[in-house]
Order: sequence, then C-alpha cells, then structure tokens
Amino acid sequence: MKESIRIASGQGFWGDLPTAPVDQVRKGPIDYLVMDYLAEVTMSILRKQQLKDPSLGYARDLVPLLEELMPEIVSCGIRVITNGGGVNPLACRDALFASARKRGVRGLRIAVVHGDDILGRIDALGAAGAALTNMESGAHLASVRDRLISANVYFGAAPIVEALRQGAQIVITGRTTDTGLTLAPMIHEFGWSMADHDLMAAGTVAGHILECGAQASGGNFLGDWRSVPDLAHVGFPIAEAQPDGTCIITKHEGTGGLVSEATVKEQLVYELGDPTTYITPDCITDFTSIQLAAAGPDRVRISGVRGRPPTDFYKVSMAYHDGYTAIGMLTYAWPDAAEKARAADKILRTRLADLGLVFDEIRTELVGLDSSFGPRAVPNEEQNEVALRIGVRSRDRDAVERFGREIAPLVLTGPPSVTGFAGGRPRATDVIAYWPALIPKHLVTPVVDTRSMEEEAPR
Amino acid sequence: MKVRLIQYAHARSGDKGDTANVGVIARKPEYYPLLLRALTAERVAAHFQGICLGKVERFELPNLCALNFLLHESLGGGGTLSLKNDAQGKTLSCVMLRMEVDTDEPG
Repeated sequence: MKESIRIASGQGFWGDLPTAPVDQVRKGPIDYLVMDYLAEVTMSILRKQQLKDPSLGYARDLVPLLEELMPEIVSCGIRVITNGGGVNPLACRDALFASARKRGVRGLRIAVVHGDDILGRIDALGAAGAALTNMESGAHLASVRDRLISANVYFGAAPIVEALRQGAQIVITGRTTDTGLTLAPMIHEFGWSMADHDLMAAGTVAGHILECGAQASGGNFLGDWRSVPDLAHVGFPIAEAQPDGTCIITKHEGTGGLVSEATVKEQLVYELGDPTTYITPDCITDFTSIQLAAAGPDRVRISGVRGRPPTDFYKVSMAYHDGYTAIGMLTYAWPDAAEKARAADKILRTRLADLGLVFDEIRTELVGLDSSFGPRAVPNEEQNEVALRIGVRSRDRDAVERFGREIAPLVLTGPPSVTGFAGGRPRATDVIAYWPALIPKHLVTPVVDTRSMEEEAPR
Repeated sequence: MKVRLIQYAHARSGDKGDTANVGVIARKPEYYPLLLRALTAERVAAHFQGICLGKVERFELPNLCALNFLLHESLGGGGTLSLKNDAQGKTLSCVMLRMEVDTDEPG
C-alpha cells in the first residue's frame, strides 16, 4: 500500500480556469486528477444539447483538454476521474478514444459510470414506490411531470472504485457526487472498507474541500484577500491522503494562491447545511469533528473526522421547464442617480401594466446601491452612478419578449443621463427549475463499463 | 463598544435552492465567544429582514470557531428561477459582516 496519494482538483465547475488541470499535471507530482463539472442545472443544459445532437450531452471542453494531457497521463500513470460525462458519458468516451488515436496514444482504458439517468423510467419507478416528491417543498411530482427535462441519481464513490479496480486510467461518470470523485481513489488505493464510516467521512471532507477548485486555495477568500499572493497563477488544491484518513491540503510549489487554515475553513463552510449531518451516498459526515492544523507553508492537516452510516436513499436531481425570464439593465449617472433609476422603473412598470402584460414576478434592483444589501443598503447622496436592473418572469413567452422591447425606449422617453444600453434587447430565456428528490437505493444500480481503446472499433 | 462584525470574523456564503448559507468564522479563537453571544438566530433574522423571507437557523462548529446560518427563502426562488443579481447569495457573507455587534455585552 502507498503511504500517501496526491489527489489534485482540476476544475471546480464547468467553465472554470482552463489552465488549471494542465498545471496540476505539469507543475508537480500527482496520482489522481479529479474534475467536477456538474452544478445542479448543468445536466438539463447538457440534455438540451443532446436533444439537438445525440452525440453530445457531455462537457465538451473535456475532450481537447484530455487530448492535450493524454501522453503525460499515460506516461506518468496519472488517473483522471470526472463527472463531465454529463447525460452522455458513453459519447464522451467515444470522443476520447478518437482523440487518443489521433495522438497515437495506445492501451488507454476508459471506464464509464452510468445508470444515473432515470428520466425514461420515472413512471416505472413511481409504480415501484419512488414518489420523487420535492424534498424541499413537499410538492407532488405530478405538478411538473410533463415538463421534466432531466432526472439523474447522484451516485457516490462505489462505482468509481469499481472502475479503478477494473484498471481504468480515465473514469467518466454521469451524475456522481463531487465528494465521491475524491473519496473513491482513497478507498481504492488504501483498501478502505466502505463500512468504515469514519474513513468514508474523512475522504468526503477532502472531497468537499477540493470540489470548488481554487476556492480552497485563495480564490474568493474574504478573510484577508489582499494577503493572497499571485492569484493570476493560482494553484488549485491538492489532497495528500494517508491510509489512516489523515489528509494534507496543499498545492504545487511555485504556484500562486494560498492554502491556510483560514482559506480551508471558508471552503469547509461553503454550501453547508447542518454541519453534524452532511449527507452523501457514502456516509453521513460530522463537520463538527474536523480537526484542522497548520502543517507548514501552504499545508493544512485535516484529521479526526467522524462519520455515521449512510441513509437508504440516493438524492435525485431533476430539472423541468418553468416559464421564461428576461433581464434588462440601464445605467443612470449623478445627480440623483438612484432617484432617476427608480423613476424609470415606475414608468416601465406603468407601461407594462398599460399593455396588460402579466408576470409572475417583476424585480427591480439598483446595482451599485442595493442589489446585495437590500434594505441594509446605506444611502449615498453623492452616488456617482447606478445600474437599474429589471427582471421579469412569466409562463407567457410573448409577454417576456414584449418586456424586452420596453427597455431601450426609456433612454429617450424617461429620466435623463442614462446610458449602457449596448447589449441589445433582453431576450426571453428558459427557466430550468430544479426539483430535488430522494429515491430508495435498491431501485437504481450504477453501471460500470470499462474498455481499452483496442477493444473499441474506430467509428 | 459597537463594532462591525468584519473586524472579528470572515465569512463565505452560497446557495442550496432558495436557501442561502452563510458560514461565519472567528478571525481568532478568542473571538468565538463573541460570535456565539452576538449572532443569535433572532438577531441575524432581524439583520436580514427584507432579504431573508423565511426562517433563520443557526448551527455551531466549535472546532472551526465558526457558525453556520441557513437563511431560508432568501434567493428569489433560487437557481435559474431567480431574478436577483446575486441569485446564489454569494455576497450575503458581506451583508452579514456589516452587522454591528456589541463587544461589551455580558456573556
């Protein structure tokens, strides 16, 4: 057994810094590169892409990225784990094998973890006892059943561990938890039993720290943001995991950013609910058991993590159509910037009412004054400028489009000293609403499919 | 003495649906009792009046000298439904840190 393994975070979300995974591979030694691509609504965006072209539906950036890194991944024995397979991980593998052939790479083994997509089985699962009631609102699925776009089960570390056992150098998954991507290599390398809940929790905490990329290594750090050196070349976090569950959070030498107790603490509390009950498919982690200690420059030791058995449910992430939104912005200058913006808002609302347009919501914010602070905003008599930001939402697409034609006229028919209408007319955008639910684990089974490129005939 | 919380704490906020979480971390361990005393769920709810339309829950993480707050119904519906500029509550950490706390308040 290895004494420790280095697991490197390459992406914190789809669209994160493109050079980060390249730097993780080239700027120092790592054993695993893990990349999280899937936010809550990403699956529905990918589903839309797949409906237009059946060969899509995965994070497309992944293919040129791994194509570039493939020779090093193979020669250094680095293994890549990512949930960038989205709703079509098999097509992602096809594209990666094609890239490998193009680059003359041989012997590459890629695993696909799927079975998370239950959109086609919703009714059968309902008959089997999975009501898929909204776990936040308690609403019945029937209210959105005919508007569903995607439905995916969050799998945990187990199918990724199986993929690693089958010798995959790259593991492409559909909807798996962010934390499972990091926990899986620890289970695989150290032979951890998944019944050891403390170890599962230790790996889960490491996964939580890595899952948002540089947010653990100085990015978006509020504590003392000026103290973070060279964010232009920020090093993404690396977890040095040890067999006993202890873990060092660090980054490559010579990179920018900062790993300190404070930067790690900020990431630990990010998107946290009840800290004693952090639920994943692998365990329930108690964040109040985490012990943090400085362990040298840009090194923080995590230990003492306690866990409890997992629940009998997987979380399901579903998305459905829920009308349209559009957002318009105009900028007003001193004097009386905020007062003029509010007057313009009133005029616009009057015109919308005169047109008989009905919206579920019209929201006005003055960016530069109160969009973050709301009623807590401190008034400023000498306000230099504010951006009037008006959004509407409706099931009626025509009403939303019509709203878009009412913004520009304000420039010549409303209060003075207004500018910033360069982006064109606001367009109606689909609202993809999120429907979280639970499903009994016994009703869904992950599928692990590992192949070498030689087994796969070129298409 | 009344001071802004930012002198004693740093914070990070994020979203889960229409609920925002704000994690508040003491800048030094000796400041944690002040956070425990000053940042009651009731006071935080009052501070976020007009932003948080639902209830406020408070959780303690003594190991990190931190408190975690859940602000329900704070993100205009959350996700792509929300019309808010800050639909993910990323800046609510700053709203929290602007809160005034009384350092002389007895424990």
